[in-house]
Amino acid sequence: MTEVQIQAPPAARRIDALAAIMRYSTLAALILLILFNVFFTKNFVSWRVLDVNLTQVAAIVIVGVGMTLVIATGGIDLSVGSLMAISGAIAPIIFLNKVFYVGEIHVAVALAMIGGILLAGAFGWFNGWLITRFRIQPIIATLVLFIAGRGIAQVMTNGSLQPFKLDTFQWIGLGRLFAPANASPGDFHGVPDQVVIMLVLVAAAAWMLKRSLFGRQILAIGGNERAARLAGVPVAQVKRWVYCISGLCAGLAGLVVIAINSSSDANQVGLGMELDAIAAVAVGGTLLSGGRATITGTLIGALIIQLVRYTMLANGVPDDVAKLAKAALIVAAVWLQSQGRA
Amino acid sequence: MTASATPPSVSPLLSMRSISKAFGGIPALSAASLEVAPGEVHALVGQNGAGKSTMIKILTGYVSRDEGDIQFDGGPFEARSPQDAQHKGISTIYQEINLVPFRSVTENICLGRESRRFGLLDWKAMHEQARTLLARFKIDLDVRKPLLRFNTATQQMVAIARAIGFKAKLVIMDEPTSSLDEREVAVLFDVIRQLKSEGVSVIFVSHKLDELYEVCDRVTIMRDGRTVRTAAMASISKLELVASMLGRDIAQVAKSATAFGGRRAQIGDVVLAADHLSAGHKVHDISFSVRRGEIVGFAGLLGAGRTETARLVFGADPMRSGAISLDGQPLVPREPIDAIRAGIGFSPEDRKYEGIVPEMAVSENLTLALMPQLSKAGIFDEAKQRAIVEKFIKRLGIKCSGPDQKIRELSGGNQQKVLLARWLAMNPKLVILDEPTRGIDVGAKAEIQTLIKELADQGLAVLMISSELEEVLEGSDRVFVLREGRNVAEFPHTEASESAVMTAMAHGDSDLIPEGSAS
Repeated sequence: MTEVQIQAPPAARRIDALAAIMRYSTLAALILLILFNVFFTKNFVSWRVLDVNLTQVAAIVIVGVGMTLVIATGGIDLSVGSLMAISGAIAPIIFLNKVFYVGEIHVAVALAMIGGILLAGAFGWFNGWLITRFRIQPIIATLVLFIAGRGIAQVMTNGSLQPFKLDTFQWIGLGRLFAPANASPGDFHGVPDQVVIMLVLVAAAAWMLKRSLFGRQILAIGGNERAARLAGVPVAQVKRWVYCISGLCAGLAGLVVIAINSSSDANQVGLGMELDAIAAVAVGGTLLSGGRATITGTLIGALIIQLVRYTMLANGVPDDVAKLAKAALIVAAVWLQSQGRA
Repeated sequence: MTASATPPSVSPLLSMRSISKAFGGIPALSAASLEVAPGEVHALVGQNGAGKSTMIKILTGYVSRDEGDIQFDGGPFEARSPQDAQHKGISTIYQEINLVPFRSVTENICLGRESRRFGLLDWKAMHEQARTLLARFKIDLDVRKPLLRFNTATQQMVAIARAIGFKAKLVIMDEPTSSLDEREVAVLFDVIRQLKSEGVSVIFVSHKLDELYEVCDRVTIMRDGRTVRTAAMASISKLELVASMLGRDIAQVAKSATAFGGRRAQIGDVVLAADHLSAGHKVHDISFSVRRGEIVGFAGLLGAGRTETARLVFGADPMRSGAISLDGQPLVPREPIDAIRAGIGFSPEDRKYEGIVPEMAVSENLTLALMPQLSKAGIFDEAKQRAIVEKFIKRLGIKCSGPDQKIRELSGGNQQKVLLARWLAMNPKLVILDEPTRGIDVGAKAEIQTLIKELADQGLAVLMISSELEEVLEGSDRVFVLREGRNVAEFPHTEASESAVMTAMAHGDSDLIPEGSAS
């Protein structure tokens, strides 16, 4: 730390201490949860358990990254679940050659993935356009696609399930990196590809938020939109990009989910995802009113929610009760935020 | 109390003795005292952090005291909440109006104490009640109309009427004039005199010294959580008052009090020329110019269109017609970014609402407008930012624990300096300062005024808007007077007498403009 900070008056130091507690409380909670499980949950320390939890959390975190950026501007994106369904619907249509014939399967899959993600991103841009052009509140503007988006996905697939078995595509949900040649059950099986994608995305977004001009602009808008505009921040442009990124993330997560399921069901893909993602963001310590955000917090938040649920299920608590615990976590996180601002 | 004026002949209405309070180990009040006589208007003054607001918060039940004794109306007094205090006869009027704009005047006044008849609201009785209450303050209006149909001043009066109700014995006014123009202030003072004649006491908190002399009987001066002095207004000079507040000797104060006056600037070419600007209902055909090294002041009542005109130049609001040029180049600012790129900075009147980003650090707030220049290929250069921030913290004397301290933890004066630095850092041609010293304590105010003068001396063109006539008159090289959205007069520094400017503000009579100075 620098010289100036050593001279900080006691009041400022107290606030610093509080901020530090706030910052690390989510991480501490995660570590406590892990320790609890190490001692009380049978067979917790195993590759399989780590695998299950990380795999289940990946889609939430991928969506959560976009959601964190949206919330950092003081907005909210309810459409992410529906955008996942759209991306999940269009991709199989393309790689199953339903629209046009692509001979080379790798090309078809590449087109499908890029198409799915970009389409979701385009819808995200539309959200941002509604919000900035007509000054509609984000919760209302994104409600449009929350409702209509799933309908669009159903229309694209005629409401029918699209099953497929295609390793060229499904690596994104089932593939593994660093997989050893012949591992017996219980051994290290490699890192699931979606976990790698998740971690790369988290790292990139965290770096972007902290170090880039765009990240600064996002936080300035969330902190005080009027002040940001009067200081020359291109508010509308930044917001459109943020909602677009949220859409892109949702599109990617949609691909992961259908790859895991080996099928795309427009009714099911991404159902309830908006709430899971918002919960992860809130538990992670991002200020819901905007202006302060942490991407790694969202990762930790998602892990906490996942692990609480896992802990309860593994110890024989019914899933309904586990949902109550999730709700309690969110309440606790929001309470902690209100304390930090007092 | 280290000094005291002659005690009032009658027993005091309110007596707070040896009040102490600490927040988290830091003392806010140390054995402070305050005594108010019946029917007295008592000024409570002090710099920011002197303990005025803590004193009032204790009295009105917002916070509890650690030590001390409060006597009110002949008995020990204890308020559990502001509502409780109001019930017991102590009402508070805050800076912001806390009313429901879409409901009628009656509803706003009677909210929470409605008259009922057979279980239904007795509208007739309530309208009558509201009318009677307003009549007391010589306000006659249709109480059935929604509040938003009336202007800010009337709304403020309704708020005051509501707060005072029928049974307040003591009314606390915390900077009641900060959002009023001079005419509205006069109306408020009539209300205060009316209250006084009815035997109601008033505690009057204000940064504006002239107002204290106009309306107050006695003054209690606080500094660093202590009561420094209580005196009759008539027996204490302005200079003594300021000296007591600052804890300095009079010679020093005399120097800082005159620092802003007597500008003899080296004025250069026209930097900003605004021709026939019009927009909305508030700006009609306004023309003015600002030259290099010149401070141009906008004088006018609230609602005269000063802020609105400035916002047009900065691209913050859409313009209907008119032309702007900067250094001879035409400028069409559609968004603030256009004006910023052209070299204009704008410090808004409401720091909290439009100026600072409270959750961000001093450094981030300071460089908010400079972010694109501090970035290369979209990546932010922290080291470059730090160098700039440290330079300006030193240059403007911004008091903070360091560049990383959150701006919301700073005092108003230091926040304002950060906002000034935000624009100075981009080396502008023109800065627009809307109420640069509003809500800032006397010490920081003088510092900022001196700073503005220095900047102009270095060649910066400054457009300054202030509701304090004194600030405009002493700080400007040229004064434009706006009235009801029109530019009614222009005075050079030497001819901008208080009476001439005020006459123009009030009447806008072109006859009254001194010959040869009108453009």
